[in-house]
Formats: sequence, structure tokens, C-alpha cells
Amino acid sequence: MRLLLYKIRVLLSVNYGLMLEYRAELFLWVLASVMPFIMLGAWTKAATRGAIGMTAAELGHYFVAVFLVRQLSVIWFIYEFEFHIVEGRLAGQLLRPMNPLWNFVAAHLGEQLARLPFTALLVTVVLLAWPDARWVPRPASVIVGLFAIYFSFTLRFALQYCFAMLGFWFERASAIEQLAFLPYLYLSGILAPLNLYPDAVRRVAEWTPFPYMVYFPAQILTGTALTHGPAYVAERFAIMGLWTVALCLLGAALWKRGLHHFSGMGA
Amino acid sequence: MSIIAAQGLAKTFKVAAKEAGLRGTLRHFFQRQYRSVAAVKPCSFTIEPGEIVGFLGPNGAGKTTTLKMLSGLIHPTTGSVTVAGHTPFRRPKAFLKTITLIMGNKQQLIWDLPALDSFRINGAVYDIAPAELARRVTELAGMLGLDKQLTQPVRKLSLGERMKCELLAALLHHPQVLFLDEPTLGLDINAQAAVRQFLQHYNRRYGATVLLTSHYMADITALCKRVLLIHQGQLIYDGSLDGILARFAPYREVKLELNQEPSAELLAGFGQIEMQEGRSVRLIVHRDVLTPTVERLLKELPVLDLTITDPPVEQIIGNVFTQGVVQ
Repeated sequence: MRLLLYKIRVLLSVNYGLMLEYRAELFLWVLASVMPFIMLGAWTKAATRGAIGMTAAELGHYFVAVFLVRQLSVIWFIYEFEFHIVEGRLAGQLLRPMNPLWNFVAAHLGEQLARLPFTALLVTVVLLAWPDARWVPRPASVIVGLFAIYFSFTLRFALQYCFAMLGFWFERASAIEQLAFLPYLYLSGILAPLNLYPDAVRRVAEWTPFPYMVYFPAQILTGTALTHGPAYVAERFAIMGLWTVALCLLGAALWKRGLHHFSGMGA
Repeated sequence: MSIIAAQGLAKTFKVAAKEAGLRGTLRHFFQRQYRSVAAVKPCSFTIEPGEIVGFLGPNGAGKTTTLKMLSGLIHPTTGSVTVAGHTPFRRPKAFLKTITLIMGNKQQLIWDLPALDSFRINGAVYDIAPAELARRVTELAGMLGLDKQLTQPVRKLSLGERMKCELLAALLHHPQVLFLDEPTLGLDINAQAAVRQFLQHYNRRYGATVLLTSHYMADITALCKRVLLIHQGQLIYDGSLDGILARFAPYREVKLELNQEPSAELLAGFGQIEMQEGRSVRLIVHRDVLTPTVERLLKELPVLDLTITDPPVEQIIGNVFTQGVVQ
């Protein structure tokens, strides 16, 4: 156990140190992910012109929460993994007595930690400029919300992991991720809260993994999910869990087959 | 008991074949065709613990593919192999802790951080306790002549320093089997010598087994008593470095200094003329007729000096590969 904790501490601290080397880039990446604030501006304008089912304050809370969820669930695994395969760097990692996956996970967590100050700075600026968006979440929302965010991180990581494993067969598996970004953008709740979507679309969306990557954790952070009652929250966590388990199993199977197919390209 | 045992080990790759030009591109897009390439043809060999074996062959001969099969990176198409009692492609942790693969053209260190951070990662991954890790880093850094370089970002190191750091990182877990693929590639002469000396030292100290590929014959002659020659995927020789001479070069070089310039016609009767510059001559003579030929030379020509040497091993191996001599 002590050895495991030591392993985790080293992986996280080295990867955090590495990400701090890219602090200027990190700041630009955080700036580049202000889409929720752009959507906030657009939807607030729409809300002032007529009833859309949400007030300007509710929209403000929602999109700030979306921004926070997005910052804590940025996944770039597929691009890095693809680079490792094509450049032959995966070979070296495969010869270590640890699945390369864990180093990638540590790199993502290290990056989250490194981008935290920039995220806090940007949220502060937005909250100062947009008083309507300010709210104080209940402790329960924060605790369950953080759990939901890291659950969504795992789910999104698992989905991208499955796509990335196809890199053993196609050199540019990231093209699949780029294609999957469209339904992600539309169904995850980045463009608009799903409760503003037509009922039929929302019902279908709720059976896909996408709403659980942004919309549901954001709903928990703002406290709206908890107002629907524990059954609503439990049901969504269950669907999220099913998707995560299914994708993890698929990913593990693809990894196993992919390794058999691996030709040590570029190594 | 052998630490490496390969039996009928072979690897065939399926490679897409595409003709040049627009027509070839369109055909390739709609009707992709593949051909099978036998990268390694069935080969068998064993290596004993503590041996340093050179693995020689021209580019594309199958050296790296063989190393990848031995290290467990790729599955063999046919045949079997065991390394330190394990089947490599199953890659159990106990096996991975026993081996290392170092490729001169690939780096595993984290580019933007000091090498020490990569060592910390390796220490954690290989379950080396922090105090023991520090001891091993100090020991290996001493052997490699590394000091301040360990705290500089890897990207700021020279190629030679980087290679030494790569070696250090790859040997922190004290592997018993080292697969080295061109470890001195691109290094200057001093750095090459330092790496060779370190490998010798490591082999002696830890009794490690080394399988080494290199295009620099100096690496092979300095480190290896035994070599495997692979050509077009086929293992064509397995034996001592000296044995290559007997097998592929059944001739000797006879250098002569004469007191007058001889005619080419006269010299041709003694052997193949390799060089003639004035009164200096170099002849190639088959070793079966060496003694009578030397007797005749001394008797029939005005010889001032005569030297008999083996042709350089690089030249012999080069001839084997370029002429495709497979016996």
C-alpha cells in the first residue's frame, strides 16, 4: 500500500512539474475554452427577449458550472497516445511493468492541477463582470458535484480510450474523436442546458453517454439536480456507471487485441 | 541453462503495396493490396547468462524485429522464444523487471524535465524504494561520469550526455538481460568509447547478458566474442568473431615490398591483385595455398619485406552482406 501511494505521489508530482513547464500554453488553453461564457452571453440575451424556461441567473450559474466541469474533464489522451504509437515511443512504455495508461491518467490530473490557478482567475473575472452568475453552492452540491465531475472525467476518458485503441489499426485514430466531438458538443450541454432541448431529443440524449460528461455534473454543482430528488440523481449515476463499465470493458478488450496487432511501428 | 532460447522464431508482416502516381493512389484507396514480408525467417539460437553477443546485419535484415520479439514488443508469427524463463510477448511483470531495451534512435526520458525526474518515475514503476533509488543513481552516474547533467532539462543535454542518461534510466532496475539497438548511434568517438566501457563494466559487475546491434564494428570488436549475422531475415552465422574469418574469408592478405616494380602478369600467377603501387603490392591468396604461394613468392620475386594479415572483419562482413554470400 505504501509503495502504491509512493508510486501515485511520484507520478502526480512529476507530471505536475512537467505541466508547469507548459504554463504559458496552459493559460492560452484555458482562454481558448471560454465557449460556455460565449453561450452564456447568447442565452442571457435570448432570456431577456422572452421566456425560455430559465432566468438569466440560472443560465449564469449553469454556464459557470459547465466551464468548471469542462476544465476538470479535459481529455487529450487520444492525441498523445496516437503520437506515442506513430513516433514509436509506446514501445518503451510497454516494456515497463506498469500499464502506460496510468502515466497518461497522472498526466491529465497533473495538468488539471496546473491549470487550476488560471481557471480560478478566469471564473473570478467572469463573476465580477456578471453578478447574476454568482451563487454559493450548498456543501452537498460541492461534494456530490466533485464526485460527478471525476465520474464524468472517467467516462470521457474511457470513451476516448476506446477510440485511441483503434490507433493500433489506423494511424490517425484521432479523426474518430474529432467526429465524436459533434454529438459531444450538441448533446453534452455545452451549447445549451438539455432542459431547453425538445423533449424527444432530450430523452434520446439521456441514453447516450454525452449528457453525463457535462450537463449532469453541472446540474449537480448548481443544485438543480438535487431538487429533482434522490431518485433522479441515482438513476443518472446508474446510467453513467453502466456506460463507464461498458466502455472500460470494451477499451480493455481493444487494448488486448491491439497489443497483439502492434508491430512496434516507428520503434 | 540458456537465458535466451529461440526456436524457429519468425515474423512475417503484412505490408500494403502501393504504386506511385495518381492511378496508384486511387487503386490503393479503392482496392488495397497487401503483400507478406518475411522480416525474420525461422531462426534458432541460444544465449548463455553473462554473454555479450553482437547482432549484425545490414539495414532491414531483421535485427530490430528480432529484438522486438525477444523483448516482448511484438508476437512472433511462428516459433517460440523464452527469455529468463518467460515467454516475452505475455509480458509478465517479473519478465519486464528482468530486461531492458535501449534504442539509440529513441528516447524515453521526459524531454522538458531534468533526467532525475525520469529516474524518479522509473524508480516508482520498478518498485525501487527512494533510498535505494538514490544509491543506484549515484552509483550508475559515477560509472557514466554524469553529475550536473542530471539536474538539467534533457533537451539541454548533448547527444552523448542524453544517451548516458538513457542508459542510466534503462538500467536503474538492474536488468539481467539488455537488448541494445544501436546504443552508440550518432555519438562522437569519445562518447562511443565511454558507452562501450560502461557496458563492459555493467556486464562484469552484474553478470548481465547483452544482445547488441550496432553498425559500428568498433562496438562489436570491443564488446563481443560471439556474433550472430542476419541477412535478409535469415540467420546466416552464429559463432565467434574470429570464426567469421574462417567461414566467410578463407583467404589472407599478403603485403609485399619488392626491390623493383613487378609486372601485373607476373603477380597474377600468385593470387588476386588487390593493390599495386610501384614496388608495393597487396595480394589476396586462398589460405589453402598460402604456404606454397609464399614459398614461390620468396623464391621467384625480389622480396624486401612480406607481411601476412587477415582482412579486416568489417570488410568481410560488408562483403557477406553486399554480395549476399550465404553458405
